[in-house]
Amino acid sequence: MGDERVLALLPELLLLLGAVGGLLLGLWTPQHRQWRVRLLVTVACLASAGAAAVALAEPAERVFEGTWVIDTTTGVVRIVVALGVAVLVWLASASLAGHPRETEAYVLMLLGGLGSIALAASGDLLLLVAAYLLASVPLYALAGFAKDSAGVEATMKYYLMGAFVGVLMLVGVAALVLAAGTTGYLDLAAQLPEASPALLAVGVLGVLAGVAFKAGAVPVHFWVPDVTAGTTPPMAAYLTTIPKIGAVAAAFRLLAEPFADVPLDVPLLVAVIAAVSMTLGNLAAFNQTDVLRLLAYSTVSQVGYLFMVVAVAARTDLAVPALAIYLAGYAVTNVGAFAAVAAAPTARTITDWATAIGRPRWIALSLVVCLLGLVGTPPTAVFVGKLAVFAAAWDGALVWLVVVAAMNTVASLFYYLRWIAPAFAGVPAIPVPVEGAGGAGPRTAAGTAQTVHPAPAMVLHAAAVGSILLGLGAGVWLGITSGAV
Amino acid sequence: MLLTVVIFLPLLAAAVLLAVPGIPGRAAIGVWIAASAVDLALVGWMWWRFEPGEGASGVVDGLAYEADVQWIPTVDAGYHVGVDGLSLPLLALTGVLFLACAIYSLREPDRPHTYAALFLFLQTACLGTFASLDLILFFVFFDLSIVGMYFVIAGWGHGNARRSALKFFLYTFIGSLALLVGFIGLFLGSEERTFDMVALAANPPLADSPVAGGLVLLAIGLGLAVKTPLFPFHTWLPDAHTDAPAAGSAVLAGILLKLGTYGFVRIAMPILPDAWQRWAMVAVVVGVISVLWGAFVALAQTDVKRMIAYTSVNHMGYVLLGLGAAGLVASADEEARTVATVGAMYQMVSHGLLTGALFLLSGVLWSRGHSYAFDRWGGLARPAPVFAACLAVAAFGSLGLPGFSGFIAEFQVFTGALQAAPVGTVIAVVGILITAGLFLLALQRLLTGDTVVPSETEPDETCGGPVPGRTDGGAATATLPRKASRMADLRGHEMASIIPLLALVLILGLFPRLLLDVLEPAAMAAVELVSR
Repeated sequence: MGDERVLALLPELLLLLGAVGGLLLGLWTPQHRQWRVRLLVTVACLASAGAAAVALAEPAERVFEGTWVIDTTTGVVRIVVALGVAVLVWLASASLAGHPRETEAYVLMLLGGLGSIALAASGDLLLLVAAYLLASVPLYALAGFAKDSAGVEATMKYYLMGAFVGVLMLVGVAALVLAAGTTGYLDLAAQLPEASPALLAVGVLGVLAGVAFKAGAVPVHFWVPDVTAGTTPPMAAYLTTIPKIGAVAAAFRLLAEPFADVPLDVPLLVAVIAAVSMTLGNLAAFNQTDVLRLLAYSTVSQVGYLFMVVAVAARTDLAVPALAIYLAGYAVTNVGAFAAVAAAPTARTITDWATAIGRPRWIALSLVVCLLGLVGTPPTAVFVGKLAVFAAAWDGALVWLVVVAAMNTVASLFYYLRWIAPAFAGVPAIPVPVEGAGGAGPRTAAGTAQTVHPAPAMVLHAAAVGSILLGLGAGVWLGITSGAV
Repeated sequence: MLLTVVIFLPLLAAAVLLAVPGIPGRAAIGVWIAASAVDLALVGWMWWRFEPGEGASGVVDGLAYEADVQWIPTVDAGYHVGVDGLSLPLLALTGVLFLACAIYSLREPDRPHTYAALFLFLQTACLGTFASLDLILFFVFFDLSIVGMYFVIAGWGHGNARRSALKFFLYTFIGSLALLVGFIGLFLGSEERTFDMVALAANPPLADSPVAGGLVLLAIGLGLAVKTPLFPFHTWLPDAHTDAPAAGSAVLAGILLKLGTYGFVRIAMPILPDAWQRWAMVAVVVGVISVLWGAFVALAQTDVKRMIAYTSVNHMGYVLLGLGAAGLVASADEEARTVATVGAMYQMVSHGLLTGALFLLSGVLWSRGHSYAFDRWGGLARPAPVFAACLAVAAFGSLGLPGFSGFIAEFQVFTGALQAAPVGTVIAVVGILITAGLFLLALQRLLTGDTVVPSETEPDETCGGPVPGRTDGGAATATLPRKASRMADLRGHEMASIIPLLALVLILGLFPRLLLDVLEPAAMAAVELVSR
């Protein structure tokens, strides 16, 4: 490696160190003392985020022969993923504490986070494939961690779909290598404009399919609702947050670098994916009565908004700050919404929230903040993100996409309100269709006493506050990410 | 700094109310009244110290109490607030009306902490919208006012409250997103890429691209028209009003509707002068249709509160007529256009006070008999003389009788608009006649004849599930045996909230200079900016 700066990868190394150290520590720790591992993992994540924040002040660079890009996008993903994993470890602790495989879960969460960062940072197609695997394999294990029938089914679906899309992605990479004779993004950017259009089309489609799968975008979103509803709420939060961040950043880099000048209209393709994702996600969420499935489809639609900025990655300099703020806002708000489900694991349907919740008023208030945050109500972080994304998309000559997104935002309000109204007022917003036959998701006895787990409730409150603070402090966050502070 | 305190003082009080659940219910309302009173006193102090300036002053210069802090530097959006002759009267109106609602709610029994906190939150949102000098900040407060109002209607409304609240939220949210899209258009169209209203008004964007300018104006106009509301986007209004609690209706009609019309004066006219001139006739036509539509539909109502709600559509129509006439640069001189703008602004304040009083009075009806139907009330002048007097004053004020503020406003609108849009103005005058008729009819039905009061023992309509149609409900109840019983007159706190509003209406009607001195320089500035 010679003169390569190994320390440029300090944030990733810290995560890896945390994973290995956690595994070793877990081996020699009694089962009821596994909180030590949790602590070690948290420290590793915080240290990694700190190192990433420091690295942001330095100019962008490419290390290890141009395969690993360290710039604003990578920095944002490093910080958000590291902090996200740290929070999610504590969110999961409520259901994992004392579990025989507790350490393994934390370690897998760290490794998945590492894979997500690798997706965002890769500047080479082969590294992208490796990152795809690293961001997938630990997640299969996490999805089925509870070993119950729903979890196993979810894992099978996730795994089969992941394997299938992985093959597509390899075909895409092979086609691009065939077309350009290289795998590095910068060389690809130079070679691809003259490449054969057929090979190029296969390549672009295959590679985009891979990242779209990890992001949970239409048309490879089918795993999202089943996996989300089949696994435990903390794992659902993890699966719909961490890999998406890396995948969206990877797609952003692909559009900004190798696909920037290709003769195909890749931005239009991504714009259509974005429009279809947000529309289908919203339409499918309309009739969900299971809160986890509702949130699952809401994440599909959120990916649609994120892909708007991916589409204009190469066209406007408003894109990078938009991505930075939306990714962070999405992570905070989405984790908060899932934390609400984790805090009251027995309230799985909207009606349960109507009849049983509402007494702990602060839970209801924080949930309302998080859900309105997902809609994009000011002054939360997602509002600033949406504003930035809309401005970027319009500036990138996709006005129609902005109009579609605005209409979808109104549509999304409808199903979030279906949940907000019962949580706030204790009565359904509109008459809920009679549940029973054909309904989805496990059902609980409405009106039974609900226990609220303290750790997820804390995460929920923190996410609600964080969402507002990030919105109000958007200028500070953007200043940090652009290296100005 | 003072302005920031004025905006966020209610929010602070709301946080205190939520954080300390141990405060007794009455004391919670007491905190609300105290916070609103202090806020109003501060606004009064600002008014006292405010220098309206000579000649045209406002919108782009002569701003007082300014504060400007960077928020999102990449898109140049910031916390920029300030006061000029356009916003100061509306800030004062907000202070007055919220204080009146606080006093009126003194006996609000149901969850007083959250109720008071929500209203205080709403007050911050409304004050913030009127004080904003940045498009994004304007949008933030504008949207928060919708969220706050949703919870007020959904949580404390009656009848089919949740459906109405949902309708209100969805409609106005569509409007606010159209507004956001328009704002982004202004941002991208501006030379220096900013959301700052003052900078945008000084150097209007999209001046040389009429198509883009027109589309952006369409988006902004759509957003504001839903909020105002103008025909044909007014259909959320009667439901939301009828099912909201009295104080909620008063705030919704008195303040929230003004957010829309204020947006036209503050944003659409100075920032898109070229497009506003081009499309001013559309504003005039929509205004005139709203005047007539609101008046005729109000005439047909069998429900007091729905009738008042539709008169709001009618009154907001006059505002749009005035503002549209201000944009018809070619066919009217500057003096006439200024008079029209001043009239429109005056109408906003006047309507806020009058409709606030009317909705609080209709809330009195609900608290006595749980019904708004005309045919279940009658002859109230005998048992409740103070109520009758207040209702009569408010009704005469609303129909534009000289001596009340509504007359000053409508007279100026018509005077100013006659030169620019003679046909529209003449048609709109017909609206006055219909409004006069419907208010007299309402007074007649409610106050004269034999005393009829819904009996307390009758089943409460709110418990009967969704009422299939309001008119049907009214007809069905008409067949029930009518029982004359006592109607309690206005109580102390009700008088203390309603009578000051009516007194202000009278003062503004007799001494219009109080308000005109502040309004005129700013309106002149707005008209000059439009005619660029």
